[in-house]
Amino acid sequence: MTTTPLRLYQVGTFAAGNRLLDPSERTVQSSADRASSITSGHRACRGCGEALAARVVMDAAMRATGGRLVTVNATGCLEVFSTPFPESAWQVPWLHSLFGNAAAVASGVAAAMRATGRDDVRVLAQAGDGGTVDIGLGCLSGMFERNDDVLFVCYDNQGYMNTGVQRSGATPAGASTANTRPVGSGIGNAFGTGKNLPRIAMAHEIPYVATATIADLHDLEAKVTSAMSRRGARYLHVLVPCPLGWGSDASDTVRVARLATQSGLFPVFEAEHGTVTQVTPIRRRVPVEEYLRLQTRFRHLFTEPGRPDVVAALQAQADRDIARYGLDPEEES
Amino acid sequence: MNLPFAVTLGPGSSRADHTGAWRTERAVYVQRTAPCGNACPAGEDVRSWLYDAESGGAGYEAAWRRIMETNPFPAVCGRVCYHPCETACNRGHLDEAVGINSVERFLGDEALAQGWRVEATAAPTGRRVLVVGSGPAGLSAAYHLARRGHAVTVRESAPVAGGMMRYGIPRYRLPREVLDAEIRRLLALGIQLEVDTPVTDLDAVMEAEGWDAAFLAVGAQLGHRTYLPAASAARILDAVSLLHGLEEGERPLLGRRVAVYGGGNTAVDAARTARRLGASDAVVVYRRTRERMPAHAEEVADAEAEGVVFHWLSTIERVEPEGLVIERMELDEDGFPRLTGRTERLAADSVVLALGQDTDLSFLGEASALRVSDGTIDTDRAFATTRPGVFAGGDVVAGERSVTIAIGHGRRAAESIDDWLAGRPPAPEADVDLAPYEALNTWYFQDADRAHRERLELARRSSTFDEVVHGLDRETALYEARRCLSCGSCFSCDNCYAMCPDDAVIKLGPPGEYVIDLDYCKGCGLCVQECPAGAIVMVPEET
Repeated sequence: MTTTPLRLYQVGTFAAGNRLLDPSERTVQSSADRASSITSGHRACRGCGEALAARVVMDAAMRATGGRLVTVNATGCLEVFSTPFPESAWQVPWLHSLFGNAAAVASGVAAAMRATGRDDVRVLAQAGDGGTVDIGLGCLSGMFERNDDVLFVCYDNQGYMNTGVQRSGATPAGASTANTRPVGSGIGNAFGTGKNLPRIAMAHEIPYVATATIADLHDLEAKVTSAMSRRGARYLHVLVPCPLGWGSDASDTVRVARLATQSGLFPVFEAEHGTVTQVTPIRRRVPVEEYLRLQTRFRHLFTEPGRPDVVAALQAQADRDIARYGLDPEEES
Repeated sequence: MNLPFAVTLGPGSSRADHTGAWRTERAVYVQRTAPCGNACPAGEDVRSWLYDAESGGAGYEAAWRRIMETNPFPAVCGRVCYHPCETACNRGHLDEAVGINSVERFLGDEALAQGWRVEATAAPTGRRVLVVGSGPAGLSAAYHLARRGHAVTVRESAPVAGGMMRYGIPRYRLPREVLDAEIRRLLALGIQLEVDTPVTDLDAVMEAEGWDAAFLAVGAQLGHRTYLPAASAARILDAVSLLHGLEEGERPLLGRRVAVYGGGNTAVDAARTARRLGASDAVVVYRRTRERMPAHAEEVADAEAEGVVFHWLSTIERVEPEGLVIERMELDEDGFPRLTGRTERLAADSVVLALGQDTDLSFLGEASALRVSDGTIDTDRAFATTRPGVFAGGDVVAGERSVTIAIGHGRRAAESIDDWLAGRPPAPEADVDLAPYEALNTWYFQDADRAHRERLELARRSSTFDEVVHGLDRETALYEARRCLSCGSCFSCDNCYAMCPDDAVIKLGPPGEYVIDLDYCKGCGLCVQECPAGAIVMVPEET
């Protein structure tokens, strides 16, 4: 008789849930009693990656904290589409801060909790990449330095999207935005600019830094849960494709995020006290071109005569990160 | 509203905003036909029974019962079917097709071990149906007719039921205990079996005994003969008689060197049988190439492993006392074989002809109103012959021939007979909406190499008729069932529910049951793109 050990099978590992899996191995998002922290009727664009990520992150944090959670939200897409006066999509205690001071407000909430002896209520701050890497960086750095008991989540859609797709410090090289067109000798964001915030956060040697995307809900939820099991300043950087700003199809939002990870352009990892402790390996490695071609912000790289030099430079960037983080199991061995 | 001090307006909910109005397309859950079931000649709903089997435990019985809705011979088919389901399986594009056949065999064997039975689904109708022939077509028809409440009698000319399953397929592929057990279980539905009772004059039997309907499934029992210039001392037999005789206890004298002429599965069976009967050389002579051989590739590989030699592009010119004269062939530009004039000698003590099979329709008599062409009985789509109330299927009608095809004929003919007895028009053929590989999102499926069945050690394969292919154990059968991609059918992975940015998919609770809240669905299509099974499609909204 042939015996093959029964491993996880079918979609057990990679889809949100599965009828045959033990409920504890399914995602929070697959559960009928998830908090649905951001409910229907919000005004995010069709296929918005940030709306999806916010619900996944908040629901996982709600489960991890038993529902004792306060969230502070910087100005940005997430705040604009979820709370047009007088309506709110939030099903959790939610505070709106200025664009740049979400980290400071969250530090204040955490201090207030400490002052009132409420160590059971946890604080989670949310911001887009603009509110994190550009406008809010000073407050965030201070929050890290003081090791305030806050999980700060950046939903990175790589630009200022609701104001008309302007460049941010998180916009990738080569991408075209409303205000990068005339820069340099050609279209697209210049190389050698921008900020890698996960590494900046790691440089603060805070207890926990992680990256994730909406392409892997198991991984994203696990990181939120891990973050909420710790105290002190924690940072989670989530890649959220933006159909509007990236020029990708609304139905491709998760696929684009997946290709960002599988091409190596977006390394997925965890770090504790400044040291990388875990990486999510690439399962099916693809050339960066496969990722870039789905987005009109990179269209100029492929329309005649094309910019193979820029594509090659982006590929080199991906290859460097794959080697730096050890993302490709085959390359390792 | 009781508002706190200094608050003049309470928070409203975003749910007041019906963002579904933005939509131009909506997502719709669909159930598409899986390629496996579509390709099954017996009509099994393969994807559904694999789904049941994936649960293991009680799921095995549910899976078996679902097979039994269409095919009363899972243990037989799990051994002898050439599994067109696996050829069609979408997983073949990903790594290797799901081992559907091996899971079916596991379920069939499990049913026999556990003694699972099926009952009739309808009360007795009082109608009497005669089935002529107890091969796969006849027994399948009898089974489905009996379950529908009809009184069925099967007449068989041989001393034991089974037809080609018994007299055509060697024991090393189908152990007789398995065949006997499945036939016994089938007959236990109350089917009358009369063996050693050939029907010699159909018209007389129909008139004298007052049958309400009849199903003719006498098979194709005659080996096709061809003219071969042969010396009188040459020993020439046909494969059908060889295999039949063997089943009745004969030990044919084939000699040490046996040549088999033909390229079908029967030729391979004959050659493998010759090896087991002691032939040191078993050579298959076939006029085309391996690629064009009708025999199943797996059978050919098994035969080669057992030492059978294949002479491709060869035809027998004449048979001499010491052996054969073979003429080499070559393929022309259109791929047709043509003679080259080059000959060679092949030493052989006997020649077995395996050139196809013919029907024996003498029982129809002269005056029959049944139309016959080219040695097969004419039938329509519903397997009705030109004589009202008489149906025919299996090898006796034109078309491809296999056990599984015959089982499918039997089932569909039984449905037609049931319709005819009730005076209902036949059900129209349903359109097939096939789930293509491109509709799947295979990212979500884990890499899982196929589990192959082990085979008997070679030494015993040339000396005994022990079964060659082993079964899967419980764990491996479960693993193999779970390799199914569930093409075109929801298997409750929750991706659509988990990934909707608008929280507009509602999970109802029972597996596979979701609804889309059209008040809020913006029609982004993310759920369609991320559905592993291709079970959601976008449909334009009416404007």
